Amino acid sequence: MIRTALIAFTTTVAVTAIAQIAPGERRSGAEFMSPSTQAMQKDDTSNPGMLAALEGETLWNAPAGNEGKSCASCHGPADKSMKGVAARYPAIHQSTSMPVDLQGRINLCRSDNQKASPLRFESRELLALTTYVALQSRGMPVSPPDDARLDPFRNQGETLWRQRFGQLNFSCAQCHDDNWGKRLGSAPIPQAHPNGYPIYRLEWQGMGSLQRRLRNCMAGVRAEPFGFGSDEFIALELYLMSRAAGMPMETPGVRP
Amino acid sequence: MAQEFIVDGDRISAPLTSQPGDAVRGRAIVVDRQKGLCLLCHTGPFAEQKFQGNLAPDLSGVGSRLDSGQLRLRLVDSLKINPQSIMPSYYRADGLHRVGTNWRGKTILSAQDIEDVIAMLASLSEADAGGVQK
Repeated sequence: MIRTALIAFTTTVAVTAIAQIAPGERRSGAEFMSPSTQAMQKDDTSNPGMLAALEGETLWNAPAGNEGKSCASCHGPADKSMKGVAARYPAIHQSTSMPVDLQGRINLCRSDNQKASPLRFESRELLALTTYVALQSRGMPVSPPDDARLDPFRNQGETLWRQRFGQLNFSCAQCHDDNWGKRLGSAPIPQAHPNGYPIYRLEWQGMGSLQRRLRNCMAGVRAEPFGFGSDEFIALELYLMSRAAGMPMETPGVRP
Repeated sequence: MAQEFIVDGDRISAPLTSQPGDAVRGRAIVVDRQKGLCLLCHTGPFAEQKFQGNLAPDLSGVGSRLDSGQLRLRLVDSLKINPQSIMPSYYRADGLHRVGTNWRGKTILSAQDIEDVIAMLASLSEADAGGVQK
C-alpha cells in the first residue's frame, strides 16, 4: 500500500513539475562529442555514415519486387523528391491513419508499390535507404507535421519519456532533460535529439536506427526494450521530433 | 525477493543481516561498474578509479554526514526520502516497470552486499577526505 501511494505521488509530481529544455539551451548530440569525432562527422570523406548513404543511393535506383520498379521509377532523383521528407517524419500514413516513421514508410512503399518484401529492421539495406533519404534533409530544420491526428501519439511518447523503467528505475527525462551535460561515468549525457539518425556509432562499429539507440538505453537501465517497429517507439520518436523541432538535420550523425 | 525492514524516520536502524558488513568487500562493490554502479553517478575518494560520474553528491566524507541507519535507507530505497530521486532503490524488487527478464524479481544488491557497502561508506570521514578531494 505504501509503495502504491509513493508511486502515485511520484507520478503526480512528475506531471506538475515538468522540466523541459528551453529552445535556446538545446544542443545537438554532436556538441557533446570530442573534437575528433565531431570532425569525423563533419567531413563527408571521413564520415563512415556516408558509405551507407552511397549504398542507399544504389538501392534507390535498383528495381525491386514483382513490379520491377525502383524508388526512382516513381520518385525520380532523391535530391529533389526527398528533400525535407525525413525532417517531417514520423507522419500519418493516409490509408491507415496511423503514424509511421521513415523506415516504416520505406517498407510500406516496398510492399504497396514495388510489391517487394519489407526490409528487416536494422538490416544493412533498410539503414542504407533510410540514411540516403534522410541525407536529402541535411541542414534543414526538424519540421514535425502540424497534424492533430499525431497529438495523441506525441502525448503517448511524452508519457513514455517521463516513465521510469527497469530495475534501475530511470526515465529518459531524468537523464536527458534534467541532467544533460553531466557525466555518467566517462560519458557526457546528451539531450537525446533524434536529428542525426540513422547514425554511425563507433561503439557499434556500424549504422543503427534511433530505435536501436533507444533499445540500448532501455537495456542500460535494465528494462525490457520495446520491439523494433513497436507503437511505443513510434510514439517516442514523434515526441522526440517535436522536442527537437527547428534543429537542423545532421544525418548521417557519428556518435561515440 | 527483499526481506522486510523497518523504516524509522530517515533511517533503517537494524542491519539487514546478522553478519556485520565488510568494508573491503563493500569497496569492491562500490567501484564495480556492473554491480554497485555507484561511480557512474557519484564521485568519491577512489583515486585509482578513472571516469567517475557527477550526477550525484560526492561520497567523500559521507560517513561523517550520515550514520549507518541513514545510509541503509538511502541504499535500500532512496525514493522513501525523496520520491524524485534518481538514485536506484538497491534493495527493492517490486513496483518497478518493465524490468528486463534477467533482472525481474531480483534486487540490485543482496542484503549482505548492502551491509558491506554501508560499512565502507561509514568509514569515509570528512577528516580523511581532507583537502585532497575538494
